[in-house]
Amino acid sequence: MAKKVFSRPESLKEAFFHYCPGCGHSISHRLICEVIDEMGIRGITIGVPPAGCAVLAYFYFDVDMIEAQHGRGPATATGIKRVLPDRVVFSYQGDGDLAAIGLAESFHAANRGENITVIFINNAVYGMTGGQMAPTTMLDQKTTTSPAGRNKTLDGYPVKVCETFSQLKGTTYIERVTVNSPANVNKTKKAIKKAFQCQMDGLGFSLVEILSPCPTNWKLSPVAACKWIDDVMSKEFPLGVFKDNIEAAKKPAEAAL
Amino acid sequence: MNKVLMSGNNIIAEAAIRAGCRFYAGYPITPQNELIEYMAEHMRSVEGGVFIQSESELAAIHMLIGASIAGARVMTSSSSPGISLKQEGISSMAACEIPGIIVNIMRGGPGLGNIRPSQGDYFQATRGGGHGDYRTIVYGPATCQELADLTMKAFDLSDKYRNPVMILADGMMGQMMEPVIFKKPKPRQYSEKFMLRGCGAGKSKFIRGLILDPIDMEEHNWKLARKYQVITKNETLHEEYKTEDADLVIVAYGTAARVAKGAIKRLRENKVRVGLFRPITLWPFPELKLRALSKKVKKFLVFELSTGQMLEDVRLALQGFADIEFHGRPGGVVPTPAELANVIARYYERED
Repeated sequence: MAKKVFSRPESLKEAFFHYCPGCGHSISHRLICEVIDEMGIRGITIGVPPAGCAVLAYFYFDVDMIEAQHGRGPATATGIKRVLPDRVVFSYQGDGDLAAIGLAESFHAANRGENITVIFINNAVYGMTGGQMAPTTMLDQKTTTSPAGRNKTLDGYPVKVCETFSQLKGTTYIERVTVNSPANVNKTKKAIKKAFQCQMDGLGFSLVEILSPCPTNWKLSPVAACKWIDDVMSKEFPLGVFKDNIEAAKKPAEAAL
Repeated sequence: MNKVLMSGNNIIAEAAIRAGCRFYAGYPITPQNELIEYMAEHMRSVEGGVFIQSESELAAIHMLIGASIAGARVMTSSSSPGISLKQEGISSMAACEIPGIIVNIMRGGPGLGNIRPSQGDYFQATRGGGHGDYRTIVYGPATCQELADLTMKAFDLSDKYRNPVMILADGMMGQMMEPVIFKKPKPRQYSEKFMLRGCGAGKSKFIRGLILDPIDMEEHNWKLARKYQVITKNETLHEEYKTEDADLVIVAYGTAARVAKGAIKRLRENKVRVGLFRPITLWPFPELKLRALSKKVKKFLVFELSTGQMLEDVRLALQGFADIEFHGRPGGVVPTPAELANVIARYYERED
C-alpha cells in the first residue's frame, strides 16, 4: 500500500481559503495547524484571530476561537490565559493590528511576559482594506495612502517589532521568518513549534514574525512577491532569532525540582 | 450578617468579589481609584482571582472579554473619559453576548471635564454607548446598600441575559461612606456551552461579532432586540417615595435622588405634597410605572446633574399626559436640598 506523505492537517477545517493566490496567510495557517496536530494540543488550544484579512480564520482553524477587535488580540488572549493557564493561547495579528492600532496591547502583553504566543504576519500593507500604508511599509513603497512612496519625513519609518520587543525583559522567544520558499516554510514551522513549546513549558511570551507575501496589494505576481521579500523586505526586516531565553528560563524551573 | 461602614467604591469591589468575580482589569482614574486599589489588595488573595492593572481602559475591557469567555465572572471600572474608551469592547460584548460588569463612577464632562460628581453619561450608558444597535442593562444606585445589592444582582443578570451590565454611579456615590450589609450571593448559573475553554475531543466553537451577510446580521440584530424586550418586560426597577398623596413628583436617580429626598423632607414639613419617582434601572427605564403615576399626578419635575438627559426618557414615558419641568446642575455641581426645595416650591405653587 502506498504511504501517505501529505494530507490536510486535522486542525485545518475542510474549507476553501478566501485568501488571494500567493498570499502568505494560507501557508501560515497550515503551518500552525500542522504544529497543533504534531503537539497533540487541538483540544486545549484557543486562538484569537484579528480584524484584517485573517478575520475569518475561525472558518479554517478547527480549534476554539474568538475574534478580537482590531489590535486587541493580546488583551483578549491575556484574559483567556490568566483564567485558563493550562490552555495554549495564541493571537494571530497583522502588521497594522500589532504595530499600529494594537501596539499598546501587544507591547504590554509582551512586557508582562504573558505566557501566550503571538503569530505576527508582516506583509507591509493593510491587505483587507485595499493596500493602504502599514506601520511596516518600506520607505518609498507605494501604497494607496502613500501614492508617492512612503516618505520618512512625513510618514515615519517601518516599525521593527522583533527588534523592539526583544528588548523587553518580559519576552522569552522572538524570531523573524518568512514563507517565500520551501526552505523558509520549514524554518517558519520550526519557529512556530518552538514558540508553542515555549508556552507549553510555561516559559513566557513568544512571538514569531512572518514576512508574508501580498501579491495583490504589492501589484506583483506571486513569484515576484516572494523575490521581493528576499530583495527588499528582508533587507529592512532581517530574518533570524532576536531573542531566545528558553534555556535560561528553564533553569529556575529545574532548580526548583 | 454584620453591618460594616465602607466607602462606595470599596463596597462595589467587595460585593463583586463576594458575588464570585474572579477577574478584574482596570486603569487608574479619579474618582474611582479606591475600587481598583481594593481589587489590587484583595483579588489576588482569593482562590483563582486575577487582578491586572491594564495599560489602558481599552485593554481592560478586551481582557474582560477573554476572561469572561474562558468562564470567569468579570468586572472593570472607570470614570467617564475611561468609559468612552471602553465602548469598543462593550459593543463587542453586546454583539457576542458576553457577560461582564462595567462600573462608571461618573465625573464632570465633556472632555476631561473635572473630577466632581456628575450625571452627564446617562445618554451614553442608556443608549448603548458604543457603535451599533444594542443596549446595556444600567443600574443607577442611590445608597451604599444598593451599591452592594445591585453589584451582586448585576452579575446574575449579566449571566442570565448574556449581556454587559453597567453600574452607573457618580463621584459622590463612590466616595461616600454608609453602613452596609453584604447579603449572601446566589450561586452562579451559567452554562459551559457559552464558554470557550478548548474543544477537547469535541467540535470546536468560535465566537464572533463579524457577520458579513446583511440578512444574517439583520436577524442577529432582531434576536438581540427580542432579548432587550424581554429584559424591559422583566427587569425594570424603581422606587416611589411619598407619591401616594403627591401633587408633584420629582423624577431623579442616584445622587440627585438623594438631594431630592432631602428637599422633599423639608417641603413636607411645610405641607407641600411632593414625592419622588426614582428609576433604579436606567435602562430599561421604568416607563410604564411612571406613566401609571401620571393618572393621578399632573406635575413632574426632572432633576439631574446634567443639562437634561433622563428628561427625554421621562417625556417619552409621560407622552404629554402631564406637565414636565426640569432642573439641572451639570459640570460637577451638586446643589443643596434647600436650593432644590426652592425650585420645587416655585413650580408647585405656579398656576397654569
